Amino acid sequence: MSTKKFMYLNRRSSFGTVYALESLEVVLIAAAFEQDVSLAFIDDGVYQIVEGQNTDGIGMKNFSKTYHALGDYEINKLYVSAESLEERGLTEEDLMPLVYEDEDDDWEEKPSVKIVSNAELSKIMSEQDVCLSF
Amino acid sequence: MADILGAEVDEEGFLVDLKDWTKEIAEQMAKDDDIELTEEHWDVIDFLREYFEEYQIAPAVRVLTKAIAKRMGKDKGNSKYLYSLFPYGPGKQGCRFAGLPKPTGCI
Repeated sequence: MSTKKFMYLNRRSSFGTVYALESLEVVLIAAAFEQDVSLAFIDDGVYQIVEGQNTDGIGMKNFSKTYHALGDYEINKLYVSAESLEERGLTEEDLMPLVYEDEDDDWEEKPSVKIVSNAELSKIMSEQDVCLSF
Repeated sequence: MADILGAEVDEEGFLVDLKDWTKEIAEQMAKDDDIELTEEHWDVIDFLREYFEEYQIAPAVRVLTKAIAKRMGKDKGNSKYLYSLFPYGPGKQGCRFAGLPKPTGCI
């Protein structure tokens, strides 16, 4: 089976709609097919990976913890729009420190999150075989 | 709706509410599958429960295998060993005994 480049675009915040959770589940399921997967967080999608989410008050499952498992599924390219962060008064320090273990480098922990400009993101998107927007 | 020791389970035998889980329920589920739980089984069940607590998902078999290898050594972190403990699949059967939902992506 040939490998294709899949990018999942996340544009909505975590809990107002079901899109964030659905996207995450599709990503985890698709990981079984060993494709080249990356995620992009744009617009309100950047809120999905903000540190310190607490769902006690809304009675929903706090699936933000699940983003920490992405590294285990060899999903380690998480692009975050610099402009979207800035528009919301957020910086990289507000995001969860998501990491993966690099198999080719003695399992050293490396960051999965990469802040990129919209121009860079658009270039990365143009290199994909498939872009799925949530 | 079916139940095991009073705890509600779905049509595939997974606990509906994972807060209902007890060791006795795990033992009963195993007995119904003709398995006697050993220390080796419990190592995996405990690991699955810890994984779920940390990440809020049941790991895919591939991820489970790798994680067990890292924690308990390569002689245990392989699918042959895990299937010898859980013949119906370490993901599916192991997660059921551990009181977790069916792993995401597991058919």
